[in-house]
Amino acid sequence: MSSWDTNPVLTIEHLTMRFGGLVAIDDLSFNVGRGDITALIGPNGAGKTTVFNCVTGFYKPTEGRVVMNRTNGEHYLLERMADFQISAKAKVARTFQNIRLFGGMTLLENLMVAQHNPLMLASGYSLAGIFGLATFRKAERQAVEKARYWLEKTALIDRADAPAADLPYGDQRRLEIARAMCSGPELLCLDEPAAGLNPKESGELNALLQYIRKEHGTSILLIEHDMSVVMEISDHVVVLDYGEKISDGTAAAVKDDPKVIAAYLGVPDEEVDAVEEEVGI
Amino acid sequence: MSAKSENLFMVSLKDAAAGGAIALALFGVLIGMKAEVASGLGGQLGIEYRWAAVAIAVAIVFGGRLLLNLFVWKADKPVTETAKGFLPSARPLAKLGKFAMPVFLILAVVLPFLLMSAYGSRGSRQYLDLAILVTTYVMLGWGLNIVVGLAGLLDLGYVAFYAVGAYSYALLAQYFGFSFWICLPLAGILAAFWGIILGFPVLRLRGDYLAIVTLAFGEIIRVVLLNWYDFTGGPDGISGIPRPSFFGIEFERGPGGFADTFGLEYNSIHRIIFLYYLILIMALVTNFVTMRLRKLPVGRAWEALREDEIACRSLGINTTNTKLTAFALGAMFGGFAGSFFATRQGFISPESFTFIESAVILAIVVLGGLGSQIGVVIAAVVMIGGFEFFRGLEEYRMLVFGLLMVVIMVWKPRGLISTRMPSITLSGKKAKGISADLVQEGHG
Repeated sequence: MSSWDTNPVLTIEHLTMRFGGLVAIDDLSFNVGRGDITALIGPNGAGKTTVFNCVTGFYKPTEGRVVMNRTNGEHYLLERMADFQISAKAKVARTFQNIRLFGGMTLLENLMVAQHNPLMLASGYSLAGIFGLATFRKAERQAVEKARYWLEKTALIDRADAPAADLPYGDQRRLEIARAMCSGPELLCLDEPAAGLNPKESGELNALLQYIRKEHGTSILLIEHDMSVVMEISDHVVVLDYGEKISDGTAAAVKDDPKVIAAYLGVPDEEVDAVEEEVGI
Repeated sequence: MSAKSENLFMVSLKDAAAGGAIALALFGVLIGMKAEVASGLGGQLGIEYRWAAVAIAVAIVFGGRLLLNLFVWKADKPVTETAKGFLPSARPLAKLGKFAMPVFLILAVVLPFLLMSAYGSRGSRQYLDLAILVTTYVMLGWGLNIVVGLAGLLDLGYVAFYAVGAYSYALLAQYFGFSFWICLPLAGILAAFWGIILGFPVLRLRGDYLAIVTLAFGEIIRVVLLNWYDFTGGPDGISGIPRPSFFGIEFERGPGGFADTFGLEYNSIHRIIFLYYLILIMALVTNFVTMRLRKLPVGRAWEALREDEIACRSLGINTTNTKLTAFALGAMFGGFAGSFFATRQGFISPESFTFIESAVILAIVVLGGLGSQIGVVIAAVVMIGGFEFFRGLEEYRMLVFGLLMVVIMVWKPRGLISTRMPSITLSGKKAKGISADLVQEGHG
């Protein structure tokens, strides 16, 4: 039994998602180990982002169960929760394939928005905030410090007061990760974090993700096409094809799985001939 | 060079001639012929020809097109480029915003005394009335700015909350005899309540759909007020609404009145000045609360909602509640302004709460610059003040007004003050404003 099955942070059981007649995910089950970096890979259209959307509440799955097991022992059935509660209560944060930053707001503001819930509480639902009570000012200072910490970690501190839309692409990707981390997640879901990054930037991303995992104990689930990222940092790789799981294991095990090779590269001609003969084409 | 300019002239002339020909064809029928019932011929229908007017119209089109061709469209160095140099650019205007704030404030506070010393108590009344009107619109603009400017929810029915506030005060005073100072908070609460009532059904709507539903809501409120004759008096309105007192002291002649209590000579202007300061304070409170909220988590959530709603939800922000608070707060300030309107006029009817009012308030917010507080002030002064100023022009007033709006929108498409200031900074006061191009307008 693998480590991710003994102590999973996220358990996906028999997840099925249908859009009308289209089956995007078909009876998918896998575990995300606590403290692991888990990669979800597969060819285009395999249903990876759909899995993310089911986990983070943007889609309601047709069937199946998604369980978040928090460190404090609480369990949350994510398929039953509203999307904003998944972040607020179950502590699952995500980033988006097509970056979704608050472009007209500064980097610092982006990270302050991510700390909305604790700050809202500290501001006494705005009442204490309007009168500028000390408790709120203290909470705000702490929030700024947290934002500063993540800006430093993502090497964005120099542009803290610049609008997010002005950042270059790679920086925007890092800012989105920093923003997700500011919401204090236990599971961080990253949708293609290395897309569009150059080799140097994707190396820095690897280091950042490993730092997050090591220093903050945050488990990471990521979708990635860049195999250099996947193979280098993942402890556990799940491969999807046409909505079904075709392989599940360590990076090395998955790499040599014939099914995975077939899904990515196709099968040798002789095999196709044999199958065609069998069905009589 | 000369060959080129000659060529340019010929091309422009040809183009202008073509434009003139089209104008002739159109205006020949539209302006040139007027069906008229000739009085002398026993009510026969005749046609009156007005070729002179057609000639003028065609000449304007021909000449205008020729000039535009020569100097703007086909010219190497368009005049508009040169003219741009004379217009103030955005940057100093943004700086102006900082200095304008205290200047406007001081001016607003001393305005009654300035007017009194300049025109005397009798002559200054009309200007004070105008100032009260402008300030009311400033307050309404600030209230709507929360919904449209910060949260990015296009609300075309804002006047409904103004109406709720006004009728709340009028009806509470009529049926229960409550005074203005009791009714003011009640009117705000009732308007906020209706803001939430409106908010619920429109939560899922965005953009055009949201605009249409809010527009409908505004009309529903007006139509209900118009038709519920037994309760609201319908088109007759409600008259005899009690005037506000100076914390219990009435503005009336004789012992116990305001003038008597403070040892002044009775003058009807006292009430007007009091009303002016009342609305000024109410508007400033609106501004203060909005500016504070902008720096609080809820305000930042509104702006984040305007930027990207899906990202908000992924960060654990309850977008339902956030939208409802924006609607409720915007409506509350509309309600306060409404109850002030009722007490100032002493008479209200559904006539005062038509769609055009919503449109004017929205125009103030959009022209001033979405989310900009000082922009709203400038736009309200220009629009409402200008509206009254050009009253002498009668029907041309709307034309002037429309032209002015077109010019502003061409010159500054995102409103007069469109730069967004960050709500919090690491570097302190040095932080620069954010260009309007980067700021989203909201999707509904």
